[in-house]
Amino acid sequence: MYDIRALYEAQTVEEALALRREHPGARLIAGGSDLLIKIRDGKLPDAELISIRGIDSLRGVSLEADGTVRIGPLTSFTELTRDGIIKERLRVLADAAGEVGSPQIRNIGTVGGNICNGATSADTASTLFALDAKLELRGGSGTRLLDIAGFYLGAGRTDVRENELLTGILIGRESWERCHGCYIKYSMRSALDIAVLGCSVNLRLSADGAHIDRLRLAFGVAGPVPSRCPQTELAFAGAPLGEDTARQLARSAVSELSPRDSWRASRAFRLHVAEESAYLAFCECVRRAGGAI
Amino acid sequence: MGYTGKRMPRVDAKDKAAGRAKYAADLCVRDALVAKVLHAERAHALVRSINTDRARQAEGVEAVFTCFDVPKYYFPTAGHPWSTDPEHQDVADRLLLTDHVRFWGDDIAVVVARDELSAVKALRELEVEYEDLPFVLDAQAAMEPGAPQLHEAFPGNVLGHSSIRRGDLEAAIREPGLIRVEGWYDTPTVQHCHIENHNCWAYMEGGRVTVVTSTQIPHIVRRIVGQALGRPWGDVRIIKPYIGGGFGNKQDALYEPLCAWLTTMLGGRPVRIECTREETFHCNRVRHAIRSHIISWVRPDGSFAARKLECWSNQGGYASHGHGIAAKGMNAFPQIYPCDNLECDAWTVFTNLPPAGAMRGYGIPQATFAGEAHIDDVARAIGMSPLELRRKIAMPKGYRDDFSGNVNWSDSFRACMEAGAKATDFERRFAELSKPQTGNIRRGVGMALYWYNTGVWPISLESSSCRMVLNQDGSVQVFTGETEIGQGCDTVYAQMTADAVGIPFESVHVVTVQDTDTTPYGSGAYASRQTYVGGFAIDNTGKILRGKILDYAAKLTKLPAGQLGLREGFIENDRGERLMSLAELATEALYSMEDSRHITAEATAQIKSNAYSFGCSFAEVEVDLRLCRIRVTRLMNVHDCGKLINPQLAEAQVHGGMSMGMGYALSEQLRFDEKTGRPLNGNLLDYKLLTFTDHPRLEALFCENAEPTSPFGTKALGEPPACPPAPAIRNAVLQATGIAFGAIPMTPEKLFRALEEGGGSDV
Repeated sequence: MYDIRALYEAQTVEEALALRREHPGARLIAGGSDLLIKIRDGKLPDAELISIRGIDSLRGVSLEADGTVRIGPLTSFTELTRDGIIKERLRVLADAAGEVGSPQIRNIGTVGGNICNGATSADTASTLFALDAKLELRGGSGTRLLDIAGFYLGAGRTDVRENELLTGILIGRESWERCHGCYIKYSMRSALDIAVLGCSVNLRLSADGAHIDRLRLAFGVAGPVPSRCPQTELAFAGAPLGEDTARQLARSAVSELSPRDSWRASRAFRLHVAEESAYLAFCECVRRAGGAI
Repeated sequence: MGYTGKRMPRVDAKDKAAGRAKYAADLCVRDALVAKVLHAERAHALVRSINTDRARQAEGVEAVFTCFDVPKYYFPTAGHPWSTDPEHQDVADRLLLTDHVRFWGDDIAVVVARDELSAVKALRELEVEYEDLPFVLDAQAAMEPGAPQLHEAFPGNVLGHSSIRRGDLEAAIREPGLIRVEGWYDTPTVQHCHIENHNCWAYMEGGRVTVVTSTQIPHIVRRIVGQALGRPWGDVRIIKPYIGGGFGNKQDALYEPLCAWLTTMLGGRPVRIECTREETFHCNRVRHAIRSHIISWVRPDGSFAARKLECWSNQGGYASHGHGIAAKGMNAFPQIYPCDNLECDAWTVFTNLPPAGAMRGYGIPQATFAGEAHIDDVARAIGMSPLELRRKIAMPKGYRDDFSGNVNWSDSFRACMEAGAKATDFERRFAELSKPQTGNIRRGVGMALYWYNTGVWPISLESSSCRMVLNQDGSVQVFTGETEIGQGCDTVYAQMTADAVGIPFESVHVVTVQDTDTTPYGSGAYASRQTYVGGFAIDNTGKILRGKILDYAAKLTKLPAGQLGLREGFIENDRGERLMSLAELATEALYSMEDSRHITAEATAQIKSNAYSFGCSFAEVEVDLRLCRIRVTRLMNVHDCGKLINPQLAEAQVHGGMSMGMGYALSEQLRFDEKTGRPLNGNLLDYKLLTFTDHPRLEALFCENAEPTSPFGTKALGEPPACPPAPAIRNAVLQATGIAFGAIPMTPEKLFRALEEGGGSDV
């Protein structure tokens, strides 16, 4: 029982952009795992949809000459978890994709949809924040590249402009080379759930393996949109590895967060979970980098 | 006995696995109209008006009816057998649609359209004008003077109050040296979450109304539809095909009366109502949230000098099953741990929450949480192990309850406790884990007993009917009014019939569909009654059929019937020699030109007995203090449900109940906005039903003490498995952390708050 007035199917990016011009009120649909739920709930009456599912060029992962990992936005979560390039270089992203919903949802849902939907709880979003992902958007007047952090305008709102289409998610070499990441999803059950809090840490150690060289901390559900902790990242660059650093860094990170009180979880509880998650994720990154803590 | 006691495969397994089994929606005709109900978006209000103009004109709409259009036949919905004594009849407080909204989601109008989408879109075109009334969500608050009133007939919102007074509490508590232990225990509103949402469709034929429905209780629903429509009960026909579970939610008339009425308003055209999952959460039935207050005056040796219990049961907006739930829970209290000086009170109170009805365990999961959490609180207070305390004070062998006539024939509590304690090494683990623990991960073990009853006698009628029809090939059709709802009764009935008649299991064809036009009366799937009461009816009917067969065999063989037997489908003489097959006999009997007989049998068994069914849970947990997580690492249930008819199905029943108990303990709770009464999490994402990955391996043990009153030695197992896991887990958390949770579910957030408040400091 879906209140859908029209469905237009694009086979190429150009067709999709043309359809967007012809049907300015239409919504883009990829996997549909978020959108169809909204339609079923009556939130998009008389929906007009442009399906981009058939655009094969937007599917899959590739490695560019400069070491940038390019992820097609139509790549499903399942594909992400199994992709060789991702598993070798960005294991944390494969792990995050593997936390989404259930096998069925991971088969249908796409990483591009996960971002464009604009939810703070999206499992891959906080990791893409930690990886400084860049988004490639193609429109009638050309292509723009923007940081993922600038893409989120507010809860459920992203910067996909009229006549635009997300065509690539790019992760630069500096975010995976010698980097180790860890994503922790805190939810009430171990499958088929939405994050109460998500924490993704990305770490590069110094050459001697004893200090933090570069640190990235990103959180989901700690605010209306996924967010980073720039002050903590800066403050702890160069810090020596150790239990004290891990604890201090986690405490510092949560001071940069502003989760809300809701019936799903209180602000105090989310902050507590954020701190514990940051600590555990950081420690795991150190272990993955071959360090001890 | 040949087939009972064996792990026979389910008779419906292949059809269900292959998708051939037909459910109500599979049977629905293609041209059925679709009805969608408009649910009030107020917790308490009067409907002033509903403007239907735009909805009526919407595309595809056939009809719109509002609360101002329905007949004023008030009807009860509870799935109880009718009582001819007006004093014992269920409260008739429902209309098909209401202009007095008593909970958020109450039914106020209905749109009938040619398809679901048209109906849903037209619903949005209805304009409702409400007069808001103050509302109340808490049972104790609803009893206070000045609280909003829900039903004129029940001033003070009290639907029922019952009490027990025994001995002299005031005198007893003056005994020197007593230790007073007091606790408050809260259980949440939860929902059944059966797989198939309730749905039904109705049509007319020959001036009568037929409803095909997903129900546990077809014969009872027939009576209720008759009452709601003001039609003679024989004018109504209910067909119950396979259903995808019910757990008690479908032990109520849900949308069958409305659906039946709609077809009568539309010239008998077929009309269908199917609840969404959200409607199943908000607009069907829920489990009563019950708050209990217990005080025990205990001697240092663990024996009780006196006890006091008060409980408040949150009924929601309508009576449904009403006070029976709280009363059952209260009545278990003095039985499981007998005590000479008692004061017990239970109140069932209307509030502006969704109506609470039957749900697996019928008050006992609530009472078991309160009662068994309290026993561990007592054990802590007097420094005794929880196992030792229970050994000492649990109901002794030979105990007889005067009201029900139930007798504790075997020492079930101790048999189950010892079996479970041995299997889990409880005493050693408990002693080990009682030593001070350090570190982030804390461990604990816990246990809980439960008390249960099999059927509803003597509170209500227990009767069950059966018909058997012999086919020419020697196979037998079996009809009963008792319903297969996923629990496997068709299979155990086939096993019982095979043994009662003397034919192979494969020769029994249990007719799974109940059609009130052709199926003999049975009350249906509720309590934990069907294997027990159905067993009487099958045994009686099987003996009659066997007698008729042997009578005809005597005629054919010219031997006295007393020297003949029927075993595995063959007529035998008294030396066990096969004389003829039942197929030969049946063919001859039917087509005989000289003495043709259609060999059938039918009997009604009225059961004026009930049977205790007891057992326990053992749980082991790991608590992550930093992440505020409770992980159940081991869970075992032990049941004395008499002789097992089918051990494999029994284990499956126990596993399902344990899972329900785990969710009750840890994660499930239907929540409502305090400011509006609006449900917050009525969907399967936000309502945290546990998934497969959240469970440890579930272990089921049985102590098979044959029940003397049952022809097959069997007694309750349907509901009991869901009763003890929650308090066992709570008690394990108590040992692990020192936190004595007084409310479930024990969510991470609640553990966080308890730890913040300094709980567990003694660990």
